[in-house]
Formats: sequence, C-alpha cells, structure tokens
Amino acid sequence: MNLFVKTEPSTQEKKARADAIQRLMAFGALLIIFIGFSFASPYFFTFRNVIGILISTAVNGLLAIGVTFIIITGGIDLSVGTVMTLSAVMSGVFITYWNLPVPLGIMAGILTGSTAGFFNGILVSKFKLPPFVATLGMLNVARGFSLVITKLSPIYFDLDKSVSSIAMGSILGKIIPGFEIPNAVLIMFGSAIIASLILSKTILGRYTYGIGSNEKAVRLSGVNIVFWKTAIYATAGIFIGLAGVVIAARLNSAQPSLGLGYELEAIAAAVIGGTSLSGGEGSILGTIIGAFIISTLTNGLRILSVPQEWQIVITGFIIISAVYLDILRRGKQS
Amino acid sequence: MDNLLFLMEGIDKSFPGVDALKKCRFELKSGEVRALVGENGAGKSTLMKIAAGVYSKDHGRIFYKGNEVNIPNPRAAQRLGISMVHQELNLMPHLTVAQNIFIGREPVRGARVILDENVLNDKAQEIIDMLHLKLDPRTKVANMSVAKQQMVEIAKALSFNSDVLILDEPTAALAYVEIIELFRIIRQLRDKGVGIIYISHRLEELKQISDHITVMRDGLYVNTVRTQEVTIDQIIKMMVGRVIYESSPEIPENPSQEIVLEVKNLNRGNEIKNVSFSLKRGEILGFAGLMGAGRTEVARAVFGADPFDSGEIIVKGKKVNIKSPSDAVNHDIGYLSEDRKQYGLCLGLDIETNIAFVIISKLTGFFGWIKNIKVYAIVKRIVDKLSIKTPSLNQKAMNLSGGNQQKLVVGKWLAKDTGILLFDEPTRGIDVGAKSEIYRLLNDLVHQGKSIIMISSELPEILRMSHRVVVMCEGRITGELGYGEATQESIMQLATLRNGEKISNN
Repeated sequence: MNLFVKTEPSTQEKKARADAIQRLMAFGALLIIFIGFSFASPYFFTFRNVIGILISTAVNGLLAIGVTFIIITGGIDLSVGTVMTLSAVMSGVFITYWNLPVPLGIMAGILTGSTAGFFNGILVSKFKLPPFVATLGMLNVARGFSLVITKLSPIYFDLDKSVSSIAMGSILGKIIPGFEIPNAVLIMFGSAIIASLILSKTILGRYTYGIGSNEKAVRLSGVNIVFWKTAIYATAGIFIGLAGVVIAARLNSAQPSLGLGYELEAIAAAVIGGTSLSGGEGSILGTIIGAFIISTLTNGLRILSVPQEWQIVITGFIIISAVYLDILRRGKQS
Repeated sequence: MDNLLFLMEGIDKSFPGVDALKKCRFELKSGEVRALVGENGAGKSTLMKIAAGVYSKDHGRIFYKGNEVNIPNPRAAQRLGISMVHQELNLMPHLTVAQNIFIGREPVRGARVILDENVLNDKAQEIIDMLHLKLDPRTKVANMSVAKQQMVEIAKALSFNSDVLILDEPTAALAYVEIIELFRIIRQLRDKGVGIIYISHRLEELKQISDHITVMRDGLYVNTVRTQEVTIDQIIKMMVGRVIYESSPEIPENPSQEIVLEVKNLNRGNEIKNVSFSLKRGEILGFAGLMGAGRTEVARAVFGADPFDSGEIIVKGKKVNIKSPSDAVNHDIGYLSEDRKQYGLCLGLDIETNIAFVIISKLTGFFGWIKNIKVYAIVKRIVDKLSIKTPSLNQKAMNLSGGNQQKLVVGKWLAKDTGILLFDEPTRGIDVGAKSEIYRLLNDLVHQGKSIIMISSELPEILRMSHRVVVMCEGRITGELGYGEATQESIMQLATLRNGEKISNN
C-alpha cells in the first residue's frame, strides 16, 4: 500500500484535467443559477416553469448547435437568425400557400436552412470572403426574401393541420402519461445528440476541428478545403432550418419580421459553452449548457420581476465574464 | 541514368517583385539521400514546395518515374508518392497525434463517413513503433514539446509510404538522440529504395547522412557533387560564391570608444543562451547567422518586446530595467522589425499620421488637441531628409514602395531622435536600387552619432556595412569578427558551428 506516496501529475495530465474542469465549469454555473433561483422564488422550480425554460431554450439551442459548427472552423455565422425566419416562411409557403402536406413543409424549411448554409460555405471557401462579411450579406438576403415572399404579412397555418403540434405536442406524454415534455425540447436534444456524433465520429467533424485548428495544415495534408467547408456550412444550415420549423410551429405562423438578434444569442450560447472564437475548440454539450444558462437567467430574472431592460444588461455581463474566465484558463495553460 | 526517380528541369518561379527560381534543375535517384543546400533565399524551399504541390511552377517540366507529371496541389503530390515535411510545423494543435497523422486519410466504416478511432490509433501506433518513438497516439498535439511535434510531422510524412520524401530542416527542433534516431530511419528508408531530399543548414549533418549534395544560389542551380568528394569549406564556397555587392564596402572611419549599449549574459530558454555584446557610439554592429539562430529574439528581448530569464542591459553606463517596448523607447532604444508591414507601419494611414504617432504625445495642447502645424513641420523635415518619394504627406503607407516604407519606419525613430537603433533585416524585400539608399541612410545615421545594430541574413550586406560582426548559431554567440577579419567563409563557419551537441562521425 503506498497510499501516502503522492505522485506528481505530469503536465499532460494537468492540461487534460484543466480541459475537464472547463467543461464542468459551465455545468456548475448552470447548477448554481438553478439552485439560486429555486431559493429565491417558490415559482421557479416547478414542473411548469422548468418545461417553460426547456421550450424557450429549444429554438436558441438549435441555432447555437448550427453556429457551433461554424465557430469551431474559426468562422462566424451572423445569418442564422434571419435564415431561420426564411426557413419558417418557406414552410409556410409550402403548407399554407401551396396547401401541400405538412411533412413536405418541414422538409422545405430544413432544406432552406441548408441551402443558405451551402451558399455561405461557397462564399467563404471558394470566393474567400471573410465569414463575417459573407454571413452579414446572407443575413440581409434572407431577411429581404422573407419580407418579399410574404409581402410583409405573417403566414398563418390552418389550425386543422395542427402544425403547432410539431413543437408543442408531446409524443413522450403519450408514451409515458404525465411526462408531458413538448416535442420542441425532444427535437433540440435529438439534434444535439446527432450534432455531437457528427462532430466526434465523422470525417466532417474531424475536418471541422482540423480546419479551425490549422487550416493550412489540413490543406497541405491533401484535404479539399472548398468541398469540406461548404459541407460543414450546409450541415450547420440543417439545424438552422430545423429551428425555423420549430419556431413556426410554436407560433403557429411564419413571422417574416422576426429573426434579428437571434444570431447574437446563439453565438453567446456557444461561447459561454466554451467554444473558442479562434476556432479548433468547442462542443455541442457545452453549447447546449450555454443556451440553458441564458434562458434560465432570463426566466429566473423575469420571475423575480427584474425589468426586461435589466435582464439584457445582466446577460451581457454573463457573456463577458464567461469569455474572460475562458481567457484566464487559457493563460494558465500556456 | 537507369534508376532516375524524379526530375525537375527548367523550373521558373517568380513572386511579386522576386524571381525565386530561374531555370532550375533537380534530379533524384531512388535509394539515395540528396542534400539540398544554399543560403537563405536561395530557393531551396520554393523548389521543393513546387515538387510537393504547394506552389505551382511558372515554367518547366517535372518527370516522375519516367513520365511527365503535373502537380497542382498537395493531394496530387501525395497520390504520386511525394510527401514533404515542411520547415515550419503544420499541425493541428487541437487534434491528437493519430488524428494529425491521418488527417485526410481517416479510416472509416459505415457508409464511409463514420470514423474508426480504434483503427486510427492502432495504425498510428504502428508507425510510432516503427520509428521507435515514445508517443501516445491519443495525446493532443498542443500538449507536446516542439521536438515531439516535429517527430509527429515526420511520422505523418512517412505514413504516406512515399517514394520521394522531402525533409525541409527536419532537425531544427530536435535534440542529439532524436537526430540519431531520424538518421537511422532515413537510412532504413533509403535501403528500401525511397529517394530522400534533405534540406539543412547544418553542413556536418549533411556530410553524415547524404550521398550527393546539390547546391543552389540566388534561385539558380549551381552544382551537384558527391558528398564524399567535398569538404565543408568547398560546400560553403559554392553556396556563397557571388560577387554582387562586394565591390565597394562603405565602412566609415572608426567609431568612438564610448559604449552606448552593453548586454551581459542574456538568457531565455533555448532561444537565447548567454548572449553578451557591446555597441559603441557611431558604430554599425552586424548580427549574422542563419534563420532561427536567435538574432531577432535577442533584439526583441533587448527592446522589451519579449521577456528574458536573466541578464543585464546597460545603456550609456547605467543598468536599466526594460520590461516593455515603452521602457526601451524611454531609454533611447528603437527597434525596426523585419516585418515592417505587420509591426512597423499602419499601412492604411498616411505618411504624416504614421510619423506623428511617435511625436504627438509631446505636441498636444489643451485636452489632447494636436498642434497640427508643428507636427506637419517636423514630418515634412523628416520626409525631405530621408528623400521619401511621395506626391504628398497624405499618401497612404501601403501605396509606397518597399524601400520608401522602410524609410518611413526609420523616419518614425528619427522624429523621436532615438540614439540606439536595432534594425532587423533592413533591406528584406527591397530592390537593389532602394537597398543602396538604405545603406547610405544607415551610414548617415552613424555619422550623426547614432549607434546601430543591424541583423541581416545577407552576408554581402553584413560585410559591406558592419564595423564589427557578431555571429550567432542556435541561440549562442559563436564568434565576433572585426572589419577585415570577416569574410563570407569565416561567417558561414561560425554560423554553422554547433556548440553543445556536436554530431560525431560514424
């Protein structure tokens, strides 16, 4: 028994541990916020309110999943908010204008998101536009199209088609009575699992990290950067399109003027979750936790009757401190 | 030649402003180790990058195994069987050793998209074992030492099972034992019939490992010799044998004996090892050495741009504590970076603003209001004095030629009337005409009593300008040569002198 012999951990182990701590830190923060609000208000930790938090996370969570792919490549996507809206509008066009079956409308929404991502990818990889500029352009193109197609007025879904049940119904509730978790939440968690698998288990995921870590090295290794970057942006677009379908279902309508500001919240979720804006690092789990931190804060502050203006201020501080903590951690490592 | 593996002929390549390669020729037989040598900028790396598909050639033909081939990108080179270890590390720090080795060639299963991490790690382990390396394929590259990262690069290149393997300065970051190991691997591959191209500045190494040596100079093919038949001195002669600038050295009369800057026992990690030197008033002290010898590191440490572990800096007899560039500037020291576009100028701003940055703090009035007329007068005087060619002071820095940009950087320090100037590669990327103007400017400055340290990789420039020459190799000062003692050969000898771990002949 050499219980008393302390072995000094190697620097490698220390660094690996620091990474693990970072991952726990965001989760710990979420837990603390949750416990704090639970003590502060009896209305916070109730089944209904927790479900409310979950639902309000769904859309931002999906957007943040998409944006995480892009940020890991070292890029940025400012267009996710308005592309989401365009996806919702296209679903509306298929389902209401053209009276096509709902599943086709869902497909149209997802495909719209992916197509926008594809074009972003082409602009960034083939035409070498900085991602900031390319996606800022796409932000406006998508927003403009939404307004043109709808002639500025929302597209409402026929109640008979029960589009809203895509998000607000509960398949889980039918299987396990009393466990009425809305589909929107399931869609987000399902997407998170799929996105996580793509990033960790597929070639596309490997190149996502590789390009963000050192694009030149990946190119010198003989990888077709144009093809893969485009593929990464298009894949990210699938989740944006899905967010469009979910928000359309939640509102039972496609609101063409919606979408601005969503991109910043999605980026904030990814960054709070430990995705590095300089690329190469990040995880879907972190991003989802980041999205929950934002929506839990918003929800809790509202329950405590903090005015909405102040909620926004506090969210800003959270983002700044999360990133600053991350910089401190990195500084210690090197 | 029967077993000719690879042939490049008539290769031309120019970059904006430079003819990097002129009608270059290169050949390689299978089962040989071919050393490629030349001074910095001779075109070795450029030629090999064309072979590896990183650059495309302007003219010329490439034959591989008897057929003419086209190598438009790195993937094409790898498909043919040509792989290259680049001088600078090209790894993805966030990925593991195995992931780095097999990037682009990941083992997959299930619809060809799902990665098979176990097979990946096993295959990486096989290569690591073959090379007798002590690496865990699952380690993140960012968490490893530079030497180990270098071994990962080499393992990656070998994993292609290429017929042509290009190694560009592979031993730069390696220690003695690792170099011996690398040589063992190289010999093993050579015996299997692989053709290996080995670029290095360490001539003793080449004597040990290579069969033939090809010499390049100024983008031209010079000669190919059998390694056994030449001495290191002869190789150096072939490398530097040009006579462009040597005609008229412009060394002014001896400087005064007053020492303005003294550096004692400066140390930082492996980059700066016990560096001591002194600079006299009105003197140009040349710093010679090969790329990565630690000259820039010393200059940046003296200037406070990077920290150092130990050592003393004495300015005009007083020991000073320099922790940041602003400390250095306050002690009358200025540094002119080799990369003037990145560190020396705000390219998007005009001449007046660029120079004004260093002086406006002294020319402001109420609430930071800038006294524009005075600033203008000073800037105008400097621009005239340096004869910067520009239609107006409102010209943007980016629109000036390289030589005029360099003068503008000098102008910034003149405006501040700085006494000790550290010039890092003052004529890099400047054409021959502008070069001589910069030389005249440096001479004017020392005439006015300013003191200059000039880091340069161009030997003729060092010889022409310096009162004394300090030579560095691998972080150490390996010698000091007075004017008259310094020749291209004597400098090259010192610049390739490795202290510490000298490789024994076996």
